[in-house]
Amino acid sequence: MDHKENTWTKSFSSGNELLKNISTGEPSFPNFDSQQSQEKWEDPSVLDYRTRIEPPIKDFKQHSETQSSLPCNPNNQVKLPVQEDGQMDGSLQSSKIQDWDPRTMLNNLSFLEQKIHQLQDLVHLIVGRRGQVFERPDELAAQQQQLITADLTSIIVQLISTAGSLLPSVKHNTLSNTTAVGQLGGVYLPSMVDLNGGFQLQDNGESKVSDQSNQIDLAGNIGNEQIYHMEEHESKDEEDADEGENLPPGSYEILQLEKEEILAPHTHFCTICGKGFKRDANLRMHMRGHGDEYKTPAALAKPNKESSSEPILLKRYSCPYAGCKRNKDHKKFQPLKTILCVKNHYKRTHCDKSYTCSRCNAKKFSVIADLKTHEKHCGKDKWLCSCGTTFSRKDKLFGHIALFQGHTPAISIDETKGQSGPPDRGEGNESISKVRSINFNFSSGAPSGSEVQNAVDVKAGIEDPASYFSPLNFDTCNFGGFHEFPRPPFEDSESSFSFFIPGSSSNYTVPGSCNYTKKTGGESSSNNLE
Amino acid sequence: MKKQRFPQALNSYFDLLSEEIVLSILEFLGPNPLDKKSFSLVCKSFYAIEARHRRTLKPLRSEHLPKVLKRYPHVTHMDLSLCRRVTDGSLAVVAGMCGSTLRSIDLSRSKFFTGAGLLSLALRCENLVEMDLSNATELRDGSAAVVAEAKNLERLWMGRCKMVTDIGVGCIAVGCRKLRLLNLKWCVGVGDLGVGLVAIKCKDIRVLDLSYLPITDKCLPSILNLQHLEDLTLEGCFGIDDNNLAVLKHGCKSLKVNLDLADSLNKLSMLQSIKLDGCSVTCDGLRAIGDWCVSLRDLSLSKCSGVTDYGLSYLVTKQRDLKKLDITCCRKITDVSISHIANSCTALRSLRMESCILVPREAFVLIGRCHSIEELDLTDNEIDDEGLKSISTCYKLSSLKLGICLNITDEGLSHVGMSCAGLKELDLYRCTGITDLGILAIAHGCPGIEMINIAYCKEITDSSFFSFSKCSKLNTIESRGCHITSLGVAAIAAGCKQLTKLDIKKCYEVDDVGMISLAYSSQNLKQINLSYSSVTDVGLLSLASISCLQSLTILHLKDLTARGLAAALLACGGLTKVKLHASFKSMLPNQFFEHLEARGCAFYWRDKVFEAELDDPQCWKLRLEDMVQ
Repeated sequence: MDHKENTWTKSFSSGNELLKNISTGEPSFPNFDSQQSQEKWEDPSVLDYRTRIEPPIKDFKQHSETQSSLPCNPNNQVKLPVQEDGQMDGSLQSSKIQDWDPRTMLNNLSFLEQKIHQLQDLVHLIVGRRGQVFERPDELAAQQQQLITADLTSIIVQLISTAGSLLPSVKHNTLSNTTAVGQLGGVYLPSMVDLNGGFQLQDNGESKVSDQSNQIDLAGNIGNEQIYHMEEHESKDEEDADEGENLPPGSYEILQLEKEEILAPHTHFCTICGKGFKRDANLRMHMRGHGDEYKTPAALAKPNKESSSEPILLKRYSCPYAGCKRNKDHKKFQPLKTILCVKNHYKRTHCDKSYTCSRCNAKKFSVIADLKTHEKHCGKDKWLCSCGTTFSRKDKLFGHIALFQGHTPAISIDETKGQSGPPDRGEGNESISKVRSINFNFSSGAPSGSEVQNAVDVKAGIEDPASYFSPLNFDTCNFGGFHEFPRPPFEDSESSFSFFIPGSSSNYTVPGSCNYTKKTGGESSSNNLE
Repeated sequence: MKKQRFPQALNSYFDLLSEEIVLSILEFLGPNPLDKKSFSLVCKSFYAIEARHRRTLKPLRSEHLPKVLKRYPHVTHMDLSLCRRVTDGSLAVVAGMCGSTLRSIDLSRSKFFTGAGLLSLALRCENLVEMDLSNATELRDGSAAVVAEAKNLERLWMGRCKMVTDIGVGCIAVGCRKLRLLNLKWCVGVGDLGVGLVAIKCKDIRVLDLSYLPITDKCLPSILNLQHLEDLTLEGCFGIDDNNLAVLKHGCKSLKVNLDLADSLNKLSMLQSIKLDGCSVTCDGLRAIGDWCVSLRDLSLSKCSGVTDYGLSYLVTKQRDLKKLDITCCRKITDVSISHIANSCTALRSLRMESCILVPREAFVLIGRCHSIEELDLTDNEIDDEGLKSISTCYKLSSLKLGICLNITDEGLSHVGMSCAGLKELDLYRCTGITDLGILAIAHGCPGIEMINIAYCKEITDSSFFSFSKCSKLNTIESRGCHITSLGVAAIAAGCKQLTKLDIKKCYEVDDVGMISLAYSSQNLKQINLSYSSVTDVGLLSLASISCLQSLTILHLKDLTARGLAAALLACGGLTKVKLHASFKSMLPNQFFEHLEARGCAFYWRDKVFEAELDDPQCWKLRLEDMVQ
């Protein structure tokens, strides 16, 4: 955390230097420290109150300028009224509402304008300087970007809080609610922006939130923590999504593990005794036995946590198998994301399938997890192609058949085949129940909306490709059980499926099943006797 | 055989002709099967030639198949639909003896065969291109998979194969890649997936009937991609809604819907036939159809209540190439539509406009302008003699239905009789204005008539039957409630050797004498309805000697006893369908009926009370309308 803040302040101070170079003529405030810089970040959330009470000019200056120009005193002044408001009663509030006048609004707007102009100037300056300064261009650019992002963020927050303060619902709520709403708006929006901004900004956002929640304890706002959680969660998702997108070649570092490395059961080895471990945590636990120097919290802590905050080059992996699309020498090379991906890919694609399903004795896998996944569904795949491939869903089978020449739906001899009739209906049920289960998730998400985190989880799930996600839903939801239940009767009745009854049975045999052949034969013979 | 015959053959001029010439002469031996029979009975040589010449076989009894197939080695088309029992054994015989010469087999209405029989067919008859499996309600996917072994199949009917599912149809789609016609009507087990696969795998499909399948929009895109599709039937596909093009069957409810429909259907440039029977078609819908760039040949708007003069007139002025138009029960259209149809669609061959009640009698004169019309259904309309006179100028007319046209008389009919020499089918159901004179004109002027319906024409007597006895091609006569006697029946039996269907219900005066004449002369009779007549055990027993007889309806025969009935049913070996009064069920032992059912005969029990016929047709019509409302 400290490390991050340092970089942050550094970037801003360098940005500040830029501003000084422009000589905007703003008074600089000496009593600035990094702690206050954090406070500055929470300004947006309280802005609406401040604008009401204070001449906003200063506020805007705070934002438009960097921390060096940030007055911490005004900040305090701003906060105090807010806290007072939290304790005020309704009568006070009504008088406050009268405080709102168009002139204030005009001020707000004009300062927004002013701030945008300043930002514009800054960007102009950066553009101009970029041509001149060549040393450490990357770092400088990053700092500049952060600077501008920060300013844009505060502009947006200012705009929203200004507009939001006009809402009648905000005005007429009780004051504690008002603060809550204001904070919600203030916190949430910057966090969104932060996410786009990058790691450092995001960290700032977090620190801000925590600070804020401390300050708002007066108002008894519990919602903040939830928001905090949500923020964290979303940021994770966002990161994943970012990583998932196609990276331009060269923007990442390509690592290639050797085959032996990939296939080795352990990836973490003790440097002292050579024992191998699957997980680093286990290795660290093991290391404690080698001496006290490994027992310190630093040695036991998860290593390299803070290094992620630096803009390090992304790591991507290449498959060692020459000619593979995942091999870095391939024309259309597609890198693998993680070591786990490399392992699974290599085993699945370039290794023997040594794990055989004990149930069907047909399916083979090279990754044991795949086998386990298969075993969960093995036997449920009743849709069989002539090539021997089985499918759990009829539409998948038909898609397969449509794709390949010469493949046909297979009709097997045993009774599993006979299901062909009922599964039709079953299939319909399945699709319907599938849809319902999704709906069900939605609806369950809605009532639980009070728990923001839950709602977010549900959302994330739904964003997954439905085809991938739905089977899980289906299995776990009640509809799945409902669907399963009627099936066995169908199987029984359908065992009367008859195609394989040979002509050996008498002519009278109406298509009956293998099971019933004898019986029908008897009937027919009796008929013959007549 | 040939060598033995040769010395004597010098006496016959026929021996100067090569066999090929005799065979081509045989080609001209008309459709009457009796002619060929006579030919083959002339001498051994002719017998052999006829046996080699025959390509089509429609046996009545499957038990004779081995002998029959031995006699006719070159049969390419086998119609087993008349056989009351077609077992796997029969199919094995057919497959073994016809082998690769067999190109077409009709198993519709056949029962008792399974996938095993089909397998022998599919394996041995590799040139099979046509197969009709309609009504094989017991066939399952396994059998369908066997059908898929017939790789060269081009036309396949599977109507009412209710046990077949997507899997079976999928097998057929993969196996029979050359399919051009596929009829899946009422295969209720088949859904989107099966149909979609057919559309993907069988690119040559021209005709596709998906009526009453539980399919939805999902399979339509692939169907629309079929390049050669000409005829798509989606009757009763309630899973298909207005969303997309769907609308083919179900309701053209708004302009937008129909424009979408038009867009989608434009892809089917070969599409020529559209049936919208029973849809809620709107004016806009009709306009959209009219604006299609495709040129429609066949349009059916039967029972579309939304069809109005405006929409229909627009449509027919745009679609001038229409060959068949069905506007049955479009109750809103008037003479305006008829006038547009007559002026625009001059190439019209078939017009069905039953129960267009707002069309005035004058409008029917306009129909006479469609000179190429061959089939005309004017049932339940206001047409009068003037209209008939005009219509009689359509000299190609072969089918004319005038049921419940109360305004026509002998005069109009005589115009038809004089001009329409090619008439084959005439329906005069409840045309009370018609007497023996009109029938005489028809019988005289239309010697080729094959089907006549004079049910409930009160004025008609034996003399009409005497007239008909000159029409040697007549095969179907329905004369319910006419005042005919056994004399008339005897005349028909003697004159119309091809008679296959006879309905003399409520001809109270027909008795055993008529039946004896029928049994003696009408050896081709397949279907007879004797309800309410005066036939007794004797008549029924004599009928039993007709070996072709398959369908027998005998309700309310006063003097029929259970013993007589049992004897007749046992004697008549070819029966497949018997309609009886329910009272007989208790009079005869159950085993008796079980035995007959095992032979392939189905029983239909009725327990309606004896009802007297209403005398006044107008009264009857009023009662009908009451029931409709």
